[in-house]
Amino acid sequence: MWNAVKLVLLGLIVLGAAIAANFGRDLAYQVHAVIILAVAGGLFIWTLRRFGDERPAPAANEYNDGVVRAGVIATSFWGAVGFLVGVVIAFQLAYPWLNFDWAQGYANFGRLRPLHTSAVIFAFGGNALVMSSFYVVQRTSAARLWGGNLAWFVFWGYQLFIVLAATGYLLGATQSKEYAEPEWYVDLWLTIVWVAYLAVFLGTLIKRKEPHIYVANWFYLSFIVTVAMLHLVNNATIPVSIFGSKSVIVWAGVQDAMTQWWYGHNAVGFFLTAGFLGMMYYFVPKQAEKPVFSYKLSIVHFWALIFLYIWAGPHHLHYTALPDWASTLGMVFSIVLWMPSWGGMINGLMTLSGAWDKLRTDPVIRMMVISIGFYGMSTFEGPMMSIRAVNSLSHYTDWTIGHVHSGALGWNGMITFGALYFLVPRLWNRERLYSLSLVNWHFWLATIGIVLYASSMWVTGIMEGLMWREVDAQGFLVNSFADTVAAKFPMYVVRGLGGVLFLTGALIMCYNLWMTVKGQPKVSDEPAMAPAE
Amino acid sequence: MSTEEKKNAEGFGTTGHSWDGIEEWNNPMPRWWVWTFYITIIWAIGYVIAYPAWPLINGATSGLLGYSTRAEVAAQIAAVDEQNAELREKLASVDLTTISEDTALHNYAKQGGAAVFRNNCAQCHGSGANGIRMGSGYPNLLDDDWLWGGSIEEIAFTIRNGVRNEQSDDAHINDMPAFGDDWLEKAQIDQVVNYVLKLSGQDHDAGLATEGATIFLDECSSCHMEDGTGDSTTGAPNLADAIWLYDGDAATITETVTFARGGVMPAWAQEFNPGFGLSDAEINAVAAYVHQLGGGQ
Repeated sequence: MWNAVKLVLLGLIVLGAAIAANFGRDLAYQVHAVIILAVAGGLFIWTLRRFGDERPAPAANEYNDGVVRAGVIATSFWGAVGFLVGVVIAFQLAYPWLNFDWAQGYANFGRLRPLHTSAVIFAFGGNALVMSSFYVVQRTSAARLWGGNLAWFVFWGYQLFIVLAATGYLLGATQSKEYAEPEWYVDLWLTIVWVAYLAVFLGTLIKRKEPHIYVANWFYLSFIVTVAMLHLVNNATIPVSIFGSKSVIVWAGVQDAMTQWWYGHNAVGFFLTAGFLGMMYYFVPKQAEKPVFSYKLSIVHFWALIFLYIWAGPHHLHYTALPDWASTLGMVFSIVLWMPSWGGMINGLMTLSGAWDKLRTDPVIRMMVISIGFYGMSTFEGPMMSIRAVNSLSHYTDWTIGHVHSGALGWNGMITFGALYFLVPRLWNRERLYSLSLVNWHFWLATIGIVLYASSMWVTGIMEGLMWREVDAQGFLVNSFADTVAAKFPMYVVRGLGGVLFLTGALIMCYNLWMTVKGQPKVSDEPAMAPAE
Repeated sequence: MSTEEKKNAEGFGTTGHSWDGIEEWNNPMPRWWVWTFYITIIWAIGYVIAYPAWPLINGATSGLLGYSTRAEVAAQIAAVDEQNAELREKLASVDLTTISEDTALHNYAKQGGAAVFRNNCAQCHGSGANGIRMGSGYPNLLDDDWLWGGSIEEIAFTIRNGVRNEQSDDAHINDMPAFGDDWLEKAQIDQVVNYVLKLSGQDHDAGLATEGATIFLDECSSCHMEDGTGDSTTGAPNLADAIWLYDGDAATITETVTFARGGVMPAWAQEFNPGFGLSDAEINAVAAYVHQLGGGQ
């Protein structure tokens, strides 16, 4: 019965996509209609061929690890793609001739930049969060993922979202909102996928066999719920035509700017902070084999973090059309947020007390520790940069870019790498990783890469901020904008090299993980079982 | 809910629960963390009392200090304006030919003109005023080769009214014909190009140049003068030197003769750009700045 419904639905989607491709008013929209047509058509044929087949239902007490394995592969793949595009655009800034004439309108900096940010945040980070949350919620609830194949729908639906978003950027479909560039129909699709994700996660929590919900799951849940809310409000648009990609945002003027940065800041707060703290709270104690440092601290810093973060967005709009009162509130909440953010760092680092010797012997734990270190550094730097006086120097400069990357490469990147090294041997039943010395190489390449990246951006950011505001005794500006651009050149090259090191490390990781799956002996053929009640 | 069996070095047990083998210590929160958190909260309360912070039905609390970012910027600008008021007034109505005699005023004009230049002119003329590079189509302002005159008043006039724009009725305008449009044969263009190469002292074909001399006299000399040195009253470039607005090689000169050139410069005066153009004082300042760069006459 369900298969028949599925066939009807897929048939309707194929028909709709064909009509959309025919009447489409712009290239991006038409290409997207053809992609949807191909995906739905393929699924239609696949479902038809299996129609009536008897398939054994998976044992309800077995963990659904297939979708986590797929997530591990997607995370590694999109990570490599996102870092590569990042390196390309870093060098495009240093050497503008890399914006080739033949690639104008497709692969110039303006088109590739959102491709890079979305690839690393949503494709790499998003897959890491979905994949690890599915793993963690099953283990800490002692229950199989709720909803049967719905988890697979979430996984593939999310990949489709990524492909639609990425191709849209290259073809020029964008609603011009930073980190929310995808157009209206891609937003609608993500909404459907996200609701399914929430259902799988909540369903699993509800049927858990443990009496309490583990702290990692609080963070994951806050991330899923808040991102849903942010996504809906910031992407409220009216399409110009149902046969075109262009839409008009319902917010206007400074309200639109405020909505955008309420979204933008909380994308950092809930996607890149809360979600990844969920990862940290599971993988660090597991890898260290030590209890979490303080239960009390985890409660207090969790509630303080999610209450305070949501107010901090206006610090992105100091000295703009935004009224002073909103700017003050954004700054004040950002500074009060400092300690709640550090609560996570303390709980992560102090979990290692009594196990510090592992830093010498276990490069995976070293990766996790440096990730927490970068987390602590950027959650100090953030509140500092939110202070109006500091922001008047740092805003619009490369300092912001450096800040974002010490968080993204250092915190999000390193904790994800640590989680991947933890997961792959367990998910594929291997005795151990292929090579710990390659993990060591990855650690040092990535760390030196981040240091080059962050320090070059500090130097160039503070330099350009000072150059922009430099006035002579009579109040005249001293530098032209072109002078400040020219002065940044050496730092742009250093930043690009830092990116190359980071990318090289990630490629070494992909090779190491591949060889672990391919070359290491199996532990057993037993599927991973949820413990009996 | 502490368990008695397991205690850490500080004597605290765990919460007694285990998820997939993960336990949690019942450690208290670090004191320094709690106290720093409290201090930031107390500071925050003080700050929102002192500064504009809470939205009300009409407007927002203005804070005890009465601070406003806009007022702060306005005060800084007003302070500089006040400091320079006398010089600025003088500059707006000064006789430019005598500006260099008043050292204080001239220094003020040069500094201010440099800032105006960096913000408005550098995009085309380069931040060093060298026209970005030779042959870019944007004049180099460092040399003494002037298309429309290099006296300080001529420079000010050009800045005010621009070249070949539709804003100012007084904009400089001349109209070089495209000689490739049914005017000169391709062979004749070759000849005149070789003559121009000869005039500017470059390698050329002597035979073609001799033929080209006659064509130059008939077609070009009325603007560029018989000796090719140009005329700044009509904006005709000097062809007998090594300075080229568009490149001076045979291919580029051929292109220039065939299709003609006609670069545009905006009229910068406020009257042509309400709200963002340059004031009289700014025009005089940037004229004084450009004039003293090296080639002013």
